[in-house]
Amino acid sequence: MTESVETSALTPAPGTPAPGTSGQTGTVVRSTVLKRLFKNPMGIIAIAILLTMAVMAIFADVLAPFDENFANISKTLAAPDAVNILGTDSSGRDVWSRLLFGAQLTLSSALLCAAVAIAIGLPAGLVAGYYAGKFEAVSNWVVSILMSLPGLIVLLTIRAAFGPSVWIAMIAFGVLISPSYFRLTRSAVQSVRNELYVDAARVSGLSDLSIITRHIFSVVRAPIIIQTAAIAGVAIAIQSGLEFLGLGDPAKATWGVMLSEGFKNVYLTPTLLFWPAFAMALTIGALVLLGNAIRDALEDGEKIKHRRQKAHQAEDAATASATKSARKTIAAVEAGTEHHLVKVTNLGVGYPQADGTIKKVVDDVSFHVDRGEILGIVGESGSGKSQTAFSILGLLPDTARIVGGAIQFDGNYTVAPGDEKVSQERLSKLRGKRISYIPQEPMSNLDPAFTIGYQLVTPMVRVLGISKAEATTRAMKLLSDVGIVSPDRTFRAYPHEVSGGMAQRVLIAGAISCEPDLIIADEPTTALDVTVQADVLDLIRDLQRRLGVGVILVTHNFGVVADLCDRVVVMQNGRLVEEGPVREILREPKERYTQTLLASMLEGKEPMSMLVSAAASATASPTAKENVL
Amino acid sequence: MITFILKRLGSGLVVLFAVSILVFSLLYVSSGSIARNILGDQATPDQLAVKEAELGLDQPIITRYFSWLTGALQGDLGTSWFTSEPVSSALATRIPVTMTMVIAAMVLISIIATLIGVAAAVKRGWVDRVVQIGAIIGDSVPGFVIGIILVTILAIQMGVFPATSTISPGVGADAWVLSLTLPVIALLINGVTGGAQQIRSAVIKQLERDYVRTLRSRGIGEREVLFKHVLRSAAPAGLTVLSLQLIGMLGGVVIIEQIFALPGMGPLAVAATSQSDQPVVMGVVMYTVAVVIVVNLIVDLLNGWLNPKVRAS
Repeated sequence: MTESVETSALTPAPGTPAPGTSGQTGTVVRSTVLKRLFKNPMGIIAIAILLTMAVMAIFADVLAPFDENFANISKTLAAPDAVNILGTDSSGRDVWSRLLFGAQLTLSSALLCAAVAIAIGLPAGLVAGYYAGKFEAVSNWVVSILMSLPGLIVLLTIRAAFGPSVWIAMIAFGVLISPSYFRLTRSAVQSVRNELYVDAARVSGLSDLSIITRHIFSVVRAPIIIQTAAIAGVAIAIQSGLEFLGLGDPAKATWGVMLSEGFKNVYLTPTLLFWPAFAMALTIGALVLLGNAIRDALEDGEKIKHRRQKAHQAEDAATASATKSARKTIAAVEAGTEHHLVKVTNLGVGYPQADGTIKKVVDDVSFHVDRGEILGIVGESGSGKSQTAFSILGLLPDTARIVGGAIQFDGNYTVAPGDEKVSQERLSKLRGKRISYIPQEPMSNLDPAFTIGYQLVTPMVRVLGISKAEATTRAMKLLSDVGIVSPDRTFRAYPHEVSGGMAQRVLIAGAISCEPDLIIADEPTTALDVTVQADVLDLIRDLQRRLGVGVILVTHNFGVVADLCDRVVVMQNGRLVEEGPVREILREPKERYTQTLLASMLEGKEPMSMLVSAAASATASPTAKENVL
Repeated sequence: MITFILKRLGSGLVVLFAVSILVFSLLYVSSGSIARNILGDQATPDQLAVKEAELGLDQPIITRYFSWLTGALQGDLGTSWFTSEPVSSALATRIPVTMTMVIAAMVLISIIATLIGVAAAVKRGWVDRVVQIGAIIGDSVPGFVIGIILVTILAIQMGVFPATSTISPGVGADAWVLSLTLPVIALLINGVTGGAQQIRSAVIKQLERDYVRTLRSRGIGEREVLFKHVLRSAAPAGLTVLSLQLIGMLGGVVIIEQIFALPGMGPLAVAATSQSDQPVVMGVVMYTVAVVIVVNLIVDLLNGWLNPKVRAS
């Protein structure tokens, strides 16, 4: 129960196409999804309710003791007894029989509605998504009109034109609601249209029709089932609403007509309202649950795939730690004796898994950083270097747990030994003011809705307590300090109006705006052009020299390390592999992993020559000079 | 900006025009039996012919449509075939009742759904679970059934609220608020559960964005991050949901007014529908579609204000 509710929470709308059901594995996926669906109690309950309703509807003629319109005038509004097990209505008709025939008409007309909507929306969506062009433009226009028509008002018009027929009403509603299938199918088709396997099919000479049926159909199948569950529910609701207004066919028993009849007698026999309302809520509820359960089943499939991948990684990690026992152990920094700007001691970070275990992403990592020093943390992606950096910042995701060790900043614990979480209370006083952060991806790290100026000024106002005017003056100076040519224009710009390199300079300006003691830079150049990279590195080095801050530079690039860092820490699979001054590590790496990293990243160049030439080019760089002045 | 609004209003007029043609031709189907419906079974063929000529039903549909259109463009939507009341004045007396409820419900939905959605996204745990279950229940019970349940239990059985309400200016503010309470609750429950669900997932999505982490790293407080930045970026998703709910509500309110016997547009629309009172049906449809067009325009403008990137394009 809890599981299903939690996971269903992950998808925003019922219309979201489910990923990962690619054409080739279609049948396999379907059978496992069915299996998972039947393991989910909510799914079983929903299917059981819907099956019961269906059986009641199909065999209404057999199950119902009376005809839907058979009226026993002498026995009106009767309480339940042996003959009329749910009592009778105001005309003396049997409530139970009418409920059964009501199920028949209500459910079949709801299905008709969904069928009409699919018949229109699915092919239109396929064509619009696959061929795009004019057809798509026209369909989009029609869709926007259909979607701005209030359903019930349209049904009132249809009723005024064609009279009280539940079938006509539901066909009209099917047309009106077909955009939901159209949009679902179109976006699903668009997302796979350019997939490699569809291209491959096209190249191998398959006709468009067979590509659509073979590859694209299997992608939209599951979302359409989910959507149909939702739409059947909506159709039942709106149809009953229409009949409740007294605009339905009085000669036919449906749940809506029964509600209407019950409401007329609400002062006498309110129980007449109960049964149709109950049947309706039960059916719609079962449809909603079924939709959720199918979605969960599809998502669980995704998760299992991910888990398998993770299991592979874990195996790798296991073999890695086995070879590790053969290596020299690294001298860890002992806690508490010497005073460093940051001291990380035997830090462990993990994420609780669904099966109750904790997956460690950082394990027994120790290092320290002093003022005026640049420490590089190097490792490939997944080595835990960013997780280590975020633990120092206290910005780990909510689900992360500290599973061991401690972190001290300037002598005070931000993670005390035994803590499960980073102390937000202590860190919120440090963040921005004494510890700051330069992120990896410049564009996604600025709020698109606010100007760059606002995003520079506000932290200064909040953290330093200075006035807005003063903060603005400082922001302008900072912008020109980081090498932006026209600060006032950038100040007024929105993030989408500047280039990536510019945005990264803005982020660096933000990081130094409150004169921190420690800057944590997480791959600050990875997302940038090579030319801009050099500029940004120069900038960081220059700032570090000028301001005397400590810097933790997280990177996978030994070139950057050679260029900037004083000391370096090498990480692999969450563990610290090697640590030491940059020259030593570059000149004679002791660990095989470091050797491999170096070999792959310096592309055969001599480490020393790289270091020297990089330093020489750095002093010659115009930006660096400008900033020193 | 101005050109954007004018362009949208222009395309809105095109939609209105298209809908008017569509509805007018649909209603043409039923106009054969109108004269008999008005005069009753006793009417002689001559009387029927006179009536049809009086209503203009002897004219071809094109002529009838254009005479309706010229009238409508001058603000004259015709007169009801059954009550002889001018459609525009019938609408004018009823729209305030309906729109009061719809606007009250929408304002409350926006506030409550946002609060619940944000709470569920931030706190997770049991709050989140309650919201999830609430959403399933909200999806399962149609709004008008909620209205029926409320009126049966709270008004008829317990007598806490009036079961039927006649809103006239003389009744005083207390009675007015009291008589609108249950209808508004019935209108808003589905909206709150559905809206909270959507706002919840939009907020969760935004909370995972990189810029949120960077804002936190700059020393911006959690409350400011949430209400100034996250909520602002999550708002477009919320607005879309709210505008769809409002479109649905314009239909739903018809049933709610029927349940609570409120003198809004609902009873007018229902009566006109069952009699095929063409001018009134046209008036109601045109009015509702116009409201939807204006609402969609407002949503677009709000989205532009919220998102500078949209504003630029």
